[in-house]
Amino acid sequence: MCCPEVPPPEMLTLRSRGSARKGELRRGTHADDDDSFGMSGRAKPSNFPSRTTTRGREKNFLVGAFGPPCKVGIEFSDAETRKQASVKKENGQVVMVPLFLGQDSVAGEVRIEPLPGKKVEHLGVKIELLGQIELYFDRGSFYDFTSLVRELDVPGEILECKTYPFEFSTVEMQYESYNGVNVRLRYVLKVTISRSYATNIVEYRDFWVHNYSPQPEINNSIKMEVGIEDCLHIEFEYSKSKYHLKDVIVGKIYFLLVRIKIKHMELEVRRRESTGSGPNTYNESETLAKYEIMDGAPVRGESIPIRLFLSPYDLTPTYRNINNKFSVKYYLNLVLVDEEDRRYFKQQEITMYRLE
Amino acid sequence: MQAPEQEAVTSAEEQEKWLADAMALVQHHAFYMHRALDANNIRDVLKFSAQMLSELRTSKLSPQKYYELYMRTFDELRQLEVFFREESKRGRTNADIYELVQHAGNILPRLYLLCTVGSVYIKSKEAPAKDVLKDLVEMSRGVQHPIRGLFLRSYLSQISRDKLPDVGSPYEGEGGNVMDAVEFVLQNFTEMNKLWVRMQHQGPVRDKEKREKERSELRDLVGKNLHVLSQLEGVDLEMYRDLVLPRVLEQVVNCKDELAQYYLMDCIIQVFPDDFHLQTLETLLGACPQLQPTVDIKTVMSQLMERLSKYAAASPDVLYEFQQVDAFSKFSQSVVEVIEAQPDMPLVGAVSLHVSLLTFVLRVYVDRLDYVDLVLGACVKKLEGKGKVKDSKATKQLVALLSAPLEKYKDVVVVLKLSNYARVMEHLDYETNKVMAVVLIQSVLSNSTMITVDEEDFQEEQNLVARLVHMLVNDDPEQMFQILTTARKHFAQGGPRRLQYTLPPLVFEALKLVRSLQAQDLPEEGEGSGSVSLKKVFQFLHQTVEALAMIPAAELSLRLYLQCAEAAGDCGLEPVAYEFFTQAFVLYEEEISDSKAQVTALQLIIGTLQRTRVFGVENRDTLTHKATGYSAKLLKKPDQCRAVYACSHLFWVEDGGTTDGERVLLCLKRALRIANAAQQMSSATRGTSGPMTLFVEILNKYLYYFEKGTMIQSTVIQGLLELIVTDMQSESTTHDPEVDAFLASTVRYIQFQKQKGDSIAERYASIQVQ
Repeated sequence: MCCPEVPPPEMLTLRSRGSARKGELRRGTHADDDDSFGMSGRAKPSNFPSRTTTRGREKNFLVGAFGPPCKVGIEFSDAETRKQASVKKENGQVVMVPLFLGQDSVAGEVRIEPLPGKKVEHLGVKIELLGQIELYFDRGSFYDFTSLVRELDVPGEILECKTYPFEFSTVEMQYESYNGVNVRLRYVLKVTISRSYATNIVEYRDFWVHNYSPQPEINNSIKMEVGIEDCLHIEFEYSKSKYHLKDVIVGKIYFLLVRIKIKHMELEVRRRESTGSGPNTYNESETLAKYEIMDGAPVRGESIPIRLFLSPYDLTPTYRNINNKFSVKYYLNLVLVDEEDRRYFKQQEITMYRLE
Repeated sequence: MQAPEQEAVTSAEEQEKWLADAMALVQHHAFYMHRALDANNIRDVLKFSAQMLSELRTSKLSPQKYYELYMRTFDELRQLEVFFREESKRGRTNADIYELVQHAGNILPRLYLLCTVGSVYIKSKEAPAKDVLKDLVEMSRGVQHPIRGLFLRSYLSQISRDKLPDVGSPYEGEGGNVMDAVEFVLQNFTEMNKLWVRMQHQGPVRDKEKREKERSELRDLVGKNLHVLSQLEGVDLEMYRDLVLPRVLEQVVNCKDELAQYYLMDCIIQVFPDDFHLQTLETLLGACPQLQPTVDIKTVMSQLMERLSKYAAASPDVLYEFQQVDAFSKFSQSVVEVIEAQPDMPLVGAVSLHVSLLTFVLRVYVDRLDYVDLVLGACVKKLEGKGKVKDSKATKQLVALLSAPLEKYKDVVVVLKLSNYARVMEHLDYETNKVMAVVLIQSVLSNSTMITVDEEDFQEEQNLVARLVHMLVNDDPEQMFQILTTARKHFAQGGPRRLQYTLPPLVFEALKLVRSLQAQDLPEEGEGSGSVSLKKVFQFLHQTVEALAMIPAAELSLRLYLQCAEAAGDCGLEPVAYEFFTQAFVLYEEEISDSKAQVTALQLIIGTLQRTRVFGVENRDTLTHKATGYSAKLLKKPDQCRAVYACSHLFWVEDGGTTDGERVLLCLKRALRIANAAQQMSSATRGTSGPMTLFVEILNKYLYYFEKGTMIQSTVIQGLLELIVTDMQSESTTHDPEVDAFLASTVRYIQFQKQKGDSIAERYASIQVQ
């Protein structure tokens, strides 16, 4: 295993015992702020300014400046009943957006309402359903992995308010929407009123996609003995390796040898987002949960229970190599802190999935 | 966050400050918590209560201060409990709240909250009590810090006490059964004890003593669990025997900690009922030898025996049960095992274990003398090869061991029949053997005064021994003499301090023997060595008193010599009597220097000499001459005077003795001269002449002899009387009402004699009195 964010740790090879996998415990310093009550997920640090929003504002400005000839509205047909997802925007605001599942039909209507006394001459009206991956470090380039088009109108003039129903039935939206540190995966409806002389009138409407996974058929426990020779040997066990987002991590730590004075022990849920590929891979790790599971120094033979509820934390399923652009992985990091504030830790990947 | 453990030990002042700070913060957070409570805002309630409870995460406070802080938060948690109960009425399920509080990031606040919700959860019966309890006790493992863990688990114990699925409890049935309750308490107990034991290893070695003291203060937190177990209705004998006791003992033995083992064993004995102990003796006692060698197991076992014997005493119908379970052999076997298991146990411990066992036997098995003897035998075995016991504490216990059966049976004969009794006594040193002898004697005399070893008691003891001597009676003089000789042989080892108490009674017993021999009119010379003769007895007496004189105890010896002399005189043994007198005189000359003592001694000598009539003229003259000589050499004139007139009696022995009027007169005149000299000396030194006492006394002597014989002329008496009267009227004479009264009664006597009308009255006729 490899943890690039760790400063050169004192790596010590550990003896393996029985069938337990050989593991190692790492030691290093790791500055994290103390979150005394993890009732809600941690706010994600937003190091990167969002270029999409900036552009969005520009566009509105332009529309306003030249005087928009019409108002364009996109409504979902089941807006009243459809579930909504709360999405945290980069500025920290939480907005509610309609939530779709991967095989849902996306239907509704587009309403074009010319401003009083104005008419809209156009070369055609179309609506697109786009699935896009936006990599922030790559100058905001988009990759459309899904693009569907419906023509709404032939070229002509719109003199009065006009509505166009649309439907994309059983769209293949295989990836989930995601707002990460360096990457965003979005689904959007885009209405374009093409014009010959003036710039096209474009309107966007975001929506959110979740994909449920079935209960995994194989869900082995994670069990491993790790330690530092003649210093600390522990065996830990997490009952499963795959967890759904509202799951509970249950497990225990068994102390086989304790020669250091441990002050406390905590379990962290960490997310690692990898973007790009090859030499241009960017990794971003965040600690989403920090949960103290032991206070004080145990002695040999003690077994400490683990029970961590995942529901308070803002987690997503594990995303593996999404469209060859990015991955999001989750890890459980067991951290033991001794009286000299040295940290001993062992990180284990877990798979997160969304259960219906 | 947490201070290093090393800082945990600090001055009282700092402790106070830290406590005050923590209290203030608790108050602060509690304030916001209350506001949230009032607003029914559960998120804020949890947030602020967690912050409040975070104050309990401190490592700085001593257990005592931590306790205060704990109590403060405890009160707040009660309000929180009420809130949770109401919250569940408002529609939120207890299961929800139970999960919600577990989102807290820090473990200690989380677990306090969990316990608090758990309490409500059980009470709601939305989940089986056993499941919630099991979860709570299991999750509490996360706190491994000894003090924080102990208090957390103590909190758990506190909130769960009335919610255990005990027999008859509302939580029984779906909530579980008594087994679940027991299992829960046992587990909490085990974990608490482990934490408690671990406390001693926290922090630097130099503070160990202080830490142990602090640890001791927390012991009741652990012991409370045993109390809870004992209060469970459903824990019957069977369950106690098969589950509770083995599990508790397992923990006690395995924790390998002296403090914990002693306390917990004591706790077990105190909290569980007596009949349980009786029926599980083997298990309970079986644990004793497995305890740490330093545990004061003898006290533990003594307490158990004490309790059980009280139990037996309170309800005699359980005695059958004692026999049924063979309590005695279990205890005695355990005593052996414990002593074996603790090779470093001081002798006193081993002996006192036997004392406890013996006490137990005497109380429970009243008529089993064989058991008593077995206990003594076991003790002998332990003492084997040890010779005399030197350790004074152990000796004291041995005395207690030997005294117990005496006190119980109040019969020396019964006790001395115990074959091992004497064998235990053999291990007593001389000093203690004496103490034991005293106890025996006390028992003989049915005297139950307690024994200590100060001077007063020493005398008391010796007096008892002396009294014992008088109890030695045998009609056969031969045997009697043997007894006396043997007794003296033993007494001789007692040293001078004791001899002056023990020898005099021997002397008097010997003198008694002399009298009985005399009465039997035995020949003076014994035929052969076996039979006793007067001579032998007097030799014995001589040696005995001589031994006494060597101590030295001059005055006492002198008296005894004189007693012997008189007895010898009565037996007509002149040389023997002479020898005794000689010894007495030698003592007088060489040893008695105090003038008061001299006066007393001399009076005794004179008195005895006067009564002893066996002497021929020569011996008699020698002795009387000596005595008179001593008289004249006394220091004080009045003493001289009195001794001299007393000597006059030596020359006037009626009924076949000498009657030497001349020398009597000589003595009296000499006495008068001395009295005169005393008078002059007094007026020379003090300006006034002393009272006329001596003269009146001499006058009385004159009157005595005047009536006896003819050597005194009435004129002499007349002259003396007038002299006295004149002097008493003189200004320079000190007046003493006593002397006046003395003279007055003397005069009255003369008048009385004059009126009697017999031959004596005729002689008195010539004496004129006013």
